[in-house]
Amino acid sequence: MQFMLLFSRQGKLRLQKWYVPLSDKERKKISRDLVQTILARKPKMCSFLEWRDLKIVYKRYASLYFCCAVEDQDNELITLEIIHRYVELLDKYFGSVCELDIIFNFEKAYFILDEFLLGGEAQETSKKNVLKAIEQADLLQEVSQTPKIFT
Amino acid sequence: MPAVSKGDGMRGLAVFISDIRNCKSKEAEIKRINKELANIRSKFKGDKALDGYSKKKYVCKLLFIFLLGHDIDFGHMEAVNLLSSNKYTEKQIGYLFISVLVNSNSELIRLINNAIKNDLSSRNPTFMCLALHCIANVGSREMAEAFASEIPRILVAGDTMDSVKQSAALCLLRLYKTSPDLVLMGEWTSRVVHLLNDQHMGVVTAAISLITCLSQKNPDEFKTCVSLAVSRLSRIVSSASTDLQDYTYYFVPAPWLSCKLLRLLQCYPPPEDGAVKGRLVECLETILNKAQEPPKSKKVQHSNAKNAILFEAISLIIHYDSEPNLLVRACNQLGQFLQHRETNLRYLALESMCTLASSEFSHEAVKTHIETVINALKTERDVSVRQRAADLLYAMCDRSNAKQIVAEMLSYLETADYSIREEMVLKVAILAEKYAVDYSWYVDTILNLIRIAGDYVSEEVWYRVIQIVINRDDVQGYAAKTVFEALQAPACHENMVKVGGYILGEFGNLIAGDPRSSPLVQFNLLHSKFHLCSVPTRALLLSAYIKFINLFPETKATIQEVLRCDSQIRNSDVELQQRAVEYLKLSSIASTDVLATVLEEMPPFPERESSILAKLKKKKGPGAVSVTELEDNKREGGELNGGGDRGPDTAAMAASNASTPSPSADLLGIRSAAPVGAPPASTGSLLVDVFSEAGPAAPSAAVNDDGFLRFVCKNNGVLFENQLLQIGIKSEYRQNLGRMYLFYGNKTSVQFASFTTTVSCPGDLQSHILFVPLCSETKPSNRITQWKAITSSLSP
Repeated sequence: MQFMLLFSRQGKLRLQKWYVPLSDKERKKISRDLVQTILARKPKMCSFLEWRDLKIVYKRYASLYFCCAVEDQDNELITLEIIHRYVELLDKYFGSVCELDIIFNFEKAYFILDEFLLGGEAQETSKKNVLKAIEQADLLQEVSQTPKIFT
Repeated sequence: MPAVSKGDGMRGLAVFISDIRNCKSKEAEIKRINKELANIRSKFKGDKALDGYSKKKYVCKLLFIFLLGHDIDFGHMEAVNLLSSNKYTEKQIGYLFISVLVNSNSELIRLINNAIKNDLSSRNPTFMCLALHCIANVGSREMAEAFASEIPRILVAGDTMDSVKQSAALCLLRLYKTSPDLVLMGEWTSRVVHLLNDQHMGVVTAAISLITCLSQKNPDEFKTCVSLAVSRLSRIVSSASTDLQDYTYYFVPAPWLSCKLLRLLQCYPPPEDGAVKGRLVECLETILNKAQEPPKSKKVQHSNAKNAILFEAISLIIHYDSEPNLLVRACNQLGQFLQHRETNLRYLALESMCTLASSEFSHEAVKTHIETVINALKTERDVSVRQRAADLLYAMCDRSNAKQIVAEMLSYLETADYSIREEMVLKVAILAEKYAVDYSWYVDTILNLIRIAGDYVSEEVWYRVIQIVINRDDVQGYAAKTVFEALQAPACHENMVKVGGYILGEFGNLIAGDPRSSPLVQFNLLHSKFHLCSVPTRALLLSAYIKFINLFPETKATIQEVLRCDSQIRNSDVELQQRAVEYLKLSSIASTDVLATVLEEMPPFPERESSILAKLKKKKGPGAVSVTELEDNKREGGELNGGGDRGPDTAAMAASNASTPSPSADLLGIRSAAPVGAPPASTGSLLVDVFSEAGPAAPSAAVNDDGFLRFVCKNNGVLFENQLLQIGIKSEYRQNLGRMYLFYGNKTSVQFASFTTTVSCPGDLQSHILFVPLCSETKPSNRITQWKAITSSLSP
């Protein structure tokens, strides 16, 4: 995968994960262009399109578009399921996730994504294992918040 | 669920985000952001050392602001400080900031690398994972230099935790992609391959991506992975849906892993070992069988996962291209998908079939679906699906269905999306040329193309049709007639005028007998479009007019009138003016013989690779045209060169060259672009060259004007070529010394005797060039001999 973008129906970027080195300017341009292209598509159209020299796989969940750019030889259907798995993970973590959760807890969204995908490839496809890793991190967090009276 | 975050809350952050969301305008937002930035700046510069929590909060706010799209130029130091904290959340935010806002400040990079190194050697799996994630997210060369040797060790060490192994594998992959030279697998190869047997599916999933990438670059070193992959795959495919527990996705066992295994196998040819191959074929058949079974779940995720594996398996079958049975089954399966309810599946089926069409085993099978594909082209509502259908038609085209397909593509072109028209035009042109049995059909098709999508008909296309018409006697009359009729349409595309002008100029005499297309009528028709055309077209038309004077002396007076008028001979464009003046003079003073020789019919063009193919290749990238290339290699050559008689010109040339020629080829000075003298057998050919330069540039058979200028930057290539002789140049330069090899190739089947070459060097270059003939005067037929020139100049 080259990058993943999450954006609202108004075109606001909620999450951007880049797996290839690109300058800020290039990233902004790509985001703008791609968001426009996808927002212009009608609901019944297929989830894949060719854009520049990449394949784009996207799906809309409620008010958020999840959009991935993969290379020519990558499997589109499995990428669609990567998107779905990510949504499931967010859903399990936040409990019925909605766009607001991702806005206010953007850093968590990135952390969860990192546990699932790394360098553009799926690293752990077991939902249980990914969530376990996140929970462990949260536990560490709580431990580190032990009130100062005990120190 | 509303805005309550888990864990520690970071209330300040939530408040800030709310504020931003409540801003009513862009200006308000910017104001709020600037206020916050000032606040954070002062806190960072302040006297009191910030505690970890505050630092974390502010760094997070900066991150948020950056992700909104504003630039952040401070905070990196604080983020790096967070890295060295022992608190996990602080570290986490620090790493996130660094990953997102990668900075090329070398000081910071050193510090970051230090922190990462500490975390990697900390033996704390969560810290190690954080560090590995950061390296994978950034993947810069400095990181590769620092860690490329450490990570493989972590990957294969026995005591590494599974989650760390996963991260290590993909981290290594990222480093390999960005800096392949720094990642040396060497001693780790077999251990990495062995990861395919790991009992933890997650480790296998991660490792396999790494192995796939490494195999592509070093197939031999990693080829032991093939048998391991096959056994893993067959275990998964034959497992019941409860076996793999959490790795089962909506009743599909390990779909991601299966797809990755199938991808890995596509890096290698079919396994040689019979047992392994047998198992693999069995696997593939099982996958194909499962596709026919009723689905275990109605959810789209189930079918997507199942079909993902199916499509990947089909890709593998196509890649192997050796099992006819499987290929045909794959084709049938795709055929079923072509009519599926779901648009996604139809799209993917069309895409897959394109690759299938190029395989000889399944080409016929693919063709059986032509009606469905044509239907898709006409009725699909999604433009990307229609485009795939067009691509598939192009791929499945062969002699039996060429006419039908070209007709369909032409009608599609009439309503096609503008962005894809140019490509479609190129494809139709290529198909029409390749499968034309009857060249009048070809001419019709191209003229139709110009009529329908004239704007998108690039030069290569209409140059080609002219080349073909000139090379084939049998279609010249037809071409003249058709072009004449086409020009009579009230609104005529400029490309049509160009083609028409050229063809009537050459072959107008073939239809001049008919009173409806008498010379004067032809001239008036062309001239009526004259003022509507751009300069290059007008230049072409002027050339056509002078050719008319030659062909039809009765039109001389009329045409001379036109040439004489002010708008031509005083035209502001230099080219037009020059042509008008010269043609006028030529028509007045030249005798009929000279005129006839000068304006001789164009000789046939030499066969060379279709520039249209080259253009399509350039547009689509190398992969797309492989199908046509395969077929090009298969087809017989010589379809372009028409047989039969040529004009007297070529006969004269051939005759004079059979006897002792002495084509003295004047070599150019290295930088001048003077045209090389062609064999002086007839003055006609020389002048024709001159005229052909004045006409459309490409059809020039002899001189490649811009070709010479090429050599300013390029060292090797063909310097000059005509039907007798080819001169190639190969040069190398080092500082102030240069060496130039000239290769003369005798293209005829007769010997050249007394072949001499002279080098004329302009001016002071003379003293600097040492010319060394490397071999003798006689040139045996069809051979290439070599001359050497060494140049040295005083300054590099």
